[in-house]
Parts: sequence; structure tokens; C-alpha cells
Amino acid sequence: MLLNVQDLNVYYGAIHALQGISFNVNQGEIVTLIGANGAGKSTILRTVSGLLRPRRGAVSFKDQDITTMPAENIVRLGISHVPEGRKIFAPLTVQENLEMGAYTRADKAEIAQNLQRVFQSFSRLKERVNQLGGTLSGGEQQMLAVGRALMAKPTLLLLDEPSMGLSPILVEEIFRIIQEINQQGTSILLVEQNAFMALQVAHRAYVLETGRIVLEGNAAELQKHPKVRAAYLGDTE
Amino acid sequence: MQKANAAQQPSSNRRPGARLAWIGQGFLLLLAIMVVIILGRNLIDNPELFIQIIISGLQLGFVYALIALGYTMVYGIVKLINFAHGDVFMVGAFVSYYAVARFQLHVWPSAFFPDLDPLVTVTLGSLSVILLSMITCAALAITIERVAYKPLRDAPRIAALITAIGVSFFLEFFGALSFVFSPRFIPYQRPFDVVTWYIKDGIYLVEPGKAPPAGSITFSNILLIIAVASILVQVFLQFLVRKTKIGKAMRAVAFDKPTARLMGINVDAIITTTFAIGAAFAGLGGVLYAIAYSSIWSQLGILPGLKAFVAAVLGGIGSIPGAFIGALIMGQAESLTAGYISTPMRDAIAFTILILVLLVRPTGIFGEPEKEKA
Ligand SMILES: Nc1ncnc2c1ncn2[C@@H]1O[C@H](COP(=O)(O)OP(=O)(O)OP(=O)(O)O)[C@@H](O)[C@H]1O
Ligand SMILES: [Mg+2]
Repeated sequence: MLLNVQDLNVYYGAIHALQGISFNVNQGEIVTLIGANGAGKSTILRTVSGLLRPRRGAVSFKDQDITTMPAENIVRLGISHVPEGRKIFAPLTVQENLEMGAYTRADKAEIAQNLQRVFQSFSRLKERVNQLGGTLSGGEQQMLAVGRALMAKPTLLLLDEPSMGLSPILVEEIFRIIQEINQQGTSILLVEQNAFMALQVAHRAYVLETGRIVLEGNAAELQKHPKVRAAYLGDTE
Repeated sequence: MQKANAAQQPSSNRRPGARLAWIGQGFLLLLAIMVVIILGRNLIDNPELFIQIIISGLQLGFVYALIALGYTMVYGIVKLINFAHGDVFMVGAFVSYYAVARFQLHVWPSAFFPDLDPLVTVTLGSLSVILLSMITCAALAITIERVAYKPLRDAPRIAALITAIGVSFFLEFFGALSFVFSPRFIPYQRPFDVVTWYIKDGIYLVEPGKAPPAGSITFSNILLIIAVASILVQVFLQFLVRKTKIGKAMRAVAFDKPTARLMGINVDAIITTTFAIGAAFAGLGGVLYAIAYSSIWSQLGILPGLKAFVAAVLGGIGSIPGAFIGALIMGQAESLTAGYISTPMRDAIAFTILILVLLVRPTGIFGEPEKEKA
């Protein structure tokens, strides 16, 4: 098991945002977390990547307990987090944003190689290397955010709503890229509003409701589950 | 065309502060015209005196630039006006005083290499003194940051600001204790001698003990050293911030701390480094200031610190080139005021400028409107 989350309880002050969440991600998998607004999806990712501390529960990665490890050290173990809302460094250029993604790495030659690979996946970024991150379009920023996370050479990629605000063509494109990244050996934990697309690319899925997991299973099967169809796929048909 | 019109029209009456800013700008314009007329007349009447005043303003301005950098860098990264910064500058001056007057650090090369060229000896010795001051100031700033500011990182900004004022008072009055720096003015022993030149149809050395001929312009090696040091530091910082990994990480941290952590950047380490760099250059400034004005005391840092702070605001706080330009302007304003109005007015002018900047253009020369960030 690559990532194992046990009985996670996270609070924002008095708000009990995660109420005993347990799930796991295996090597090579795409696992998706779906759920309505405010269900706690982003909170889960922020806890896994170390930005939030759970009050109870444990997170382990590659059989190492990372529950209380600071975020900057978790990246070094191989977890990259593409946060909700892209969070591009606006005053840094595209190139510099990507360099920040490789902050934990020292091998210049390998980083350069990695950069070329990112440019291959996202050719729009290559044309804009010296443009400031803040001046990119929303779609370009999303690509930069994913590219930046890939620069860390992660074993596990956490994606928080990568399709948010993208045109249908770009949504297709970003999901195609997600699958490509996965096929190259990176495991992915995907949080999505677009349950339809998420369930198509994912191997397994968890359905979240107000801080609890209410359904889990094979993505293809969940796609057919009446509850999922009613709640999340209803208007995408 | 149309777009430009649409953008122009509402701007004059939309913002509530617009009218005030307009009055401020008008006032500023009048003031500027007056200043230009007065300065112009003086320039024509006595050009030598005028240039002499500009030179002493440059010397001040370059020192202020060294201090202002620390204010602007720290503000850029943690949004804190570090009022203790001026006092770190004072400590820098005192460290060099002890190094020179008590421990003769400035002549150490002659003890080990007696055959060395005297110029090399004095250069190496002085650089060691400066380096020691810079390191001490950096260590002091790291301690202050860890002890006083870091625990307040998530508290409201006003808490850290008030703490900074507290740290500032602590350094000033702890320094005034008789067994620390004492509350008296102390004559400062320079690590090297002052050499002065005068300009009158050419550049000549002023013989020690003799006065330069009347109507000549003089300048010293201290001015040159201060100018070169200040410019080098400016270039170094531009390079650091633009080209190095740590500099880029500083900009990333300044913009968004949680996301910087997701990149693997140790935010606390970057913040500490920023404090240390700013303090090291304040230490350099402190040594050069003491060398230039040859008398030090425990509250030496207050006025230069405040003026450098005004310089940073004037340039646009958060902007490194802004701090430099702002400091040069402050140096000139002070020197011209002292020369043509009155010496006591030189301190008042700094705060006049602060008020004017806050009225007319609170973001300063290079500043961008502040992003709302926690
Ligand atoms: N910083 C915060 N302070 C207080 N409450 C918060 C904070 N962040 C999130 N919450 C609350 O925690 C709950 C879970 O939020 P979270 O952002 O994880 O939801 P989400 O599933 O990602 O929603 P969305 O799909 O809208 O992004 C919500 O009720 C939210 O209001
Ligand atoms: Mg979310």
C-alpha cells in the first residue's frame, strides 16, 4: 500500500471537517474522491500533504508514518500536491514556477530533462516560459500547477479539482494527461467535482459526504451505483 | 479609444480618497516648484557649496540604502515593519568599535604577516572588522526573529509590530546600561585613516592638517567606500533575488507560504535567512556610518533607522530597488535641508516626506497596490 489513511479526524476550530476518514491508494492506481461542496475533499488532501494536522488518526506513506511530518519534508518523500485554485506564484515566471516545483532536487541535468518532459505534455507552457505566472489564463495556470508538481518527480500526485474552470476541450485534455502521468508510473489521488470524468479515468473511488466516506469501490461499478448516479452524475448525462 | 475613455472617466470621482490625493498632489507640485526655484538659485549663486551638499547627501543616502534594504526585504516576506532594525545597525557600529579600539582586529594581518604592504594590511583588517559586525548583526537578528517574531507568525500583524517596537526599545536601553555600551557618546576609532581630496581645476590630495583652498569641493575615501559598498550590495541582492534558488524561494514565500511549503521550501528557514541578510547589511551600514561620523552611542540607530524606514516606504516597501532610490532621495532631502534651511530641520524633513508619501502615493515609487494576503 502506497498511501494509507486511518480514521482521520480534522477540525477547523470547532468545525469537525473530517469525521473518521479511512482510505488507501495502491502503487500505480488512480483513486478519486468525489463529493459535494464542503464534503471535506480538499481538507483530506491538505492533511495528507502536511498543511493540516489531524486531531486523531494516522497517515502513512510507503509504510512510514507521516501524520506529524511538516509539509516541506513530505514532498521529499514523493508526494506532490496540486492545490485547489492552482496557487501559481504570480510574480514568478513560468520557468521559475517550474523550478520551484523542483526545489527539493539537486541534479541539474535530471531537472532539465524533467522540464523538457513537462514542456512536451504542456506545449503552451513552453511558449510562455518567461511570462509571469499571474498573467497566464486559467487553463494555462492549471497546466502550470500540474507541471510544477511533476517537477518534484512524485510517486503520488494529489490533484485538487484539476478540471475546475476549464473549457470542455481542456477538461478532456487534462484528463488525458492525468492518465498519461499515471501510465508513466505515478499514482494519483484525484479530487473532482466532475464525477463523470473522474470515474472514467479512476480505478477506484470513494464518495464523501460531510466529512464521512459513504461509499467506496471499483470506479466502473460506482458509476452504475444508483446513489452516485442520482447525486453526482444526474446532470452530466 | 473608447476603452481608454471609459477607464479614465470614473477614476476621478470614484475613490473616496481621490479628492484628498488630488489636493495632496497639487500641494506637492507647488512644493516641488518652490524647491526647484530655491535650489536653482543656490546652484547659480554658489555652485561649489551646492555640489558639496549633494556629496554629503549622497554619503547619507548610500548608508540609508544599506539599512532600508532590511526593512523592505523583511516587510516583503512577513509583512512586518521591523522597528528593531535601526538598533541592529547601532549594534553593528558598536561591534566594530570594540573590534578596533579594544581588540585591534583591524591590524591583525600585520601581526601574522609583518612584511605585507600597509595598504593590503589595512584593507584586510578593515574587511575583517566589517565582516565581524555583519555576522554579529545577522546572529542578533536571527535570535530576535526566533525569540520575538516567530511565535507571533500566526497572530494578527499588529502583535508582531508592537513586539518589534518593544525589541527596539530593549536594544536601545539595554545598550545604554553602563556595562553594555553606556549612555554616553563614544569617540570612534577608525580602522583606517580618512583621506580627503579637493577638486579645483583637477583633483588634489588635501594634506593632513591643512585646509583645502577656499571655494573647492572636497570628498573623502569614506564617501567612495560607502558608495561602492552600497552599490555592490544592491547588485548582489538583485542577483540573489532574481537568479539564485534561494532568492526565488524568497519571492515564492513572500507570495504564498502554504504553497511554498508544498514545493518543499522550508518557509521558516527562508524567513530567518531574509532577516539575517537584512541585518548583515545593516551591520555593514553601521560600521560605515560610524567611520564616517566618528562618534557613536547607544541610540545611534534611532534616526537613521527611521529615515531608512521612510526611504523604504518612499521607494515602495517590499521593493529592493525602491529602497535604494528612496534612500538616495532621503539623503539629498536631508542634506539640502540642513544646508539651506537649518540643521534641526533635517530630521523633520524625513517625516514631512513620510506624511506626503502616505497622503499622495502610499504604495511608494515602485510599490504595487497591496494584495490582500494573510
Ligand atoms: N480554513 C477553514 N476554516 C474553517 N472552516 C473551513 C476551512 N476550510 C474548510 N473549512 C470547512 O471544512 C469543510 C470542508 O471543506 P473542504 O474545503 O475540504 O471541502 P471540499 O470538499 O474541498 O469542497 P469544494 O468541493 O467546494 O472544494 C467545509 O464545511 C468548510 O466550510
Ligand atoms: Mg475543495
